[in-house]
Amino acid sequence: MALQSLDITRRSATTTRPPSQRRTPEVAKLIDVSKCIGCKACQVACMEWNDTRDAVGTNQGVLDNPPDLTENSWTVMRYAEVETGRGLEWLIRKDGCMHCTDPGCLKACPAPGAIVQYSNGIVDFQEEHCIGCGYCITGCPFNIPRLSKKDSKVYKCTLCSDRVAAGLEPACVKTCPTGAIVFGTKEDMKHHAAGRIADLRERGFAGAGLYDPPGVDGTHVMYVLHHADRPELYNGLRKDPSIGAMVGLWKGAAKPLASLALALAAVGAFFHYVIKGPNEVPKEIEKEFEDEKRS
Amino acid sequence: MKVTRRQFLKISAAGLGSSSIAALGFSAAEAQSDVRAFKLARSTETINTCPYCSVSCGLIMHSMGDKAKNNQMSIFHIEGDPDHPVNRGTLCPKGAGLVDFVHSPDRLKYPEYRAPGSSEWKRISWDEALSRVAWLMKDDRDKNFIARNAAGATVNRWTTTSFLAASASSNETGWLTHKVVRSTGMLGFDNQARV
Repeated sequence: MALQSLDITRRSATTTRPPSQRRTPEVAKLIDVSKCIGCKACQVACMEWNDTRDAVGTNQGVLDNPPDLTENSWTVMRYAEVETGRGLEWLIRKDGCMHCTDPGCLKACPAPGAIVQYSNGIVDFQEEHCIGCGYCITGCPFNIPRLSKKDSKVYKCTLCSDRVAAGLEPACVKTCPTGAIVFGTKEDMKHHAAGRIADLRERGFAGAGLYDPPGVDGTHVMYVLHHADRPELYNGLRKDPSIGAMVGLWKGAAKPLASLALALAAVGAFFHYVIKGPNEVPKEIEKEFEDEKRS
Repeated sequence: MKVTRRQFLKISAAGLGSSSIAALGFSAAEAQSDVRAFKLARSTETINTCPYCSVSCGLIMHSMGDKAKNNQMSIFHIEGDPDHPVNRGTLCPKGAGLVDFVHSPDRLKYPEYRAPGSSEWKRISWDEALSRVAWLMKDDRDKNFIARNAAGATVNRWTTTSFLAASASSNETGWLTHKVVRSTGMLGFDNQARV
C-alpha cells in the first residue's frame, strides 16, 4: 500500500512536491439521472462497504432519508417534483462528492496532507491529519463535507479509493440495479454518456446533456441530466460551480504575499539581533519590579 | 500544567517559527498518503442466494478467516455476485444491507412457542417444534380431508391448511417441496418455485 503514496498529484497545505507523479488511468463515476429509480441501494452499499451506520432519523414527509448528507451518510438521494414543459417530473439525484479536478476543499484546507488528490482523480480525506477546522466545508462548491461531532473530523465520499486501488469499482456502482451508476475511465464514461444523451434527445429531451462543470476543471463524478440546461431543477445542483472568491483570494493571491511577509520578518529579526543584540533589562529595574511584587 | 510567562513566550515563538518555516516550504513531512487497507484481501468467499424476494440474486459473502481449523468464521461483508446471471453483481437496498440482517440482534435463531392467550414466548427445541407442527397438520388433515366431492368423484383435497415454503431454494428443493405438499392434498401453497 505504501506505493500508493507515489500516486498523489496534490496534497493540502503542502509546499513540497509529491515524491513522484505516476500515471494511472483517470477514473470517473457517471450517474445517469434518467435511469435512476431512487431505490437507495447505493446509499446502503456505501454504508455497508465503509462500515458507517447513521442514526435512525425521523420521517420528514418526503422520501429523502436521511434528509441531508452526514458524516456517516456520504451519499443521499435527493428527490424533486418539478413542473416542466413535459408536465410533472420526478427528478432523483444521487448527491455526494463530485471529486473535482480543481478541488475547493483541498485548496481551502490548512492541515498538511489532510486532503489529497490521487493521480486517478479521486479526492480523498486523510482523517488522521484532519484538524477539524471545517475550511473544506466552506471551500466546497457543492456543500459536501460533513464534520463529525464524535471525533471533530470531516468525512465524505472517498469514491471507494480502497476498492479502486485494488482494481474494483466503487460499492455504489456495483450495487446499482438499474445501471444508472457506471464506472470506468473518464474517457469511457464520457463516451457512455454521449450514447445516453443521444438516446434521451431522441426521446424528446432536447436539453439532455452531461454535467461535467468546467468551473472546477471538470469532475470525476458526472451526471447525465435530461435537463442539463437547467441543473438547478435537480434539488439545486449548481449551474456553474466554482471555488468561492474568498477561498481563491486567501489561498491563491494572499498566500505568496504572506510567505514573503514572513520571510521579511525573519530576515528583519535576524538583522535586528545582529545589530542591536538582545534586549537586556538592567539589574536595578528588575530588582525594582521584584520588590514591588513582594510588597 | 504550569507555564511561566517566559516559558509561554518561548513556546509561542517556537510554534510560530516552526509553522512559518513549514509555510515557506521546509516541511518535514513527506508528501505521502495512503488509501484505507483493502478489507477483502484474504477473506473467505462463499456463494449464496439472497433470502429476500423471488428474484434470487446471487451473493458473495465474505467471512473473516481462511477456513483454518481453529478459526470461527463470521460474515463481515456481502456484495453481489458478478458471475450470477440474475443480478450480475447488483443488489437492491435490502440485499445491499444483508450483513446487518445476518448479525441483527432481532434475528430468530431457534423455535419459540407462544401459547394461545399468552404474551410470553418460550424457547423450545427443534424436535418439539417439528413434532408439534406435524401433529397439528395430521389432526387437521384427518378432520377436514375431502376425499370425494358431492358428485362422488375422487378429489383428495385438504383446504383448511396452507403452506408457505422457502424463497431461495434450488430447483431440486422446490420440486421436493412441491411433491410433499401436493401429495397431502394441500391446495393453498406458495413455494416461489419459479426461482
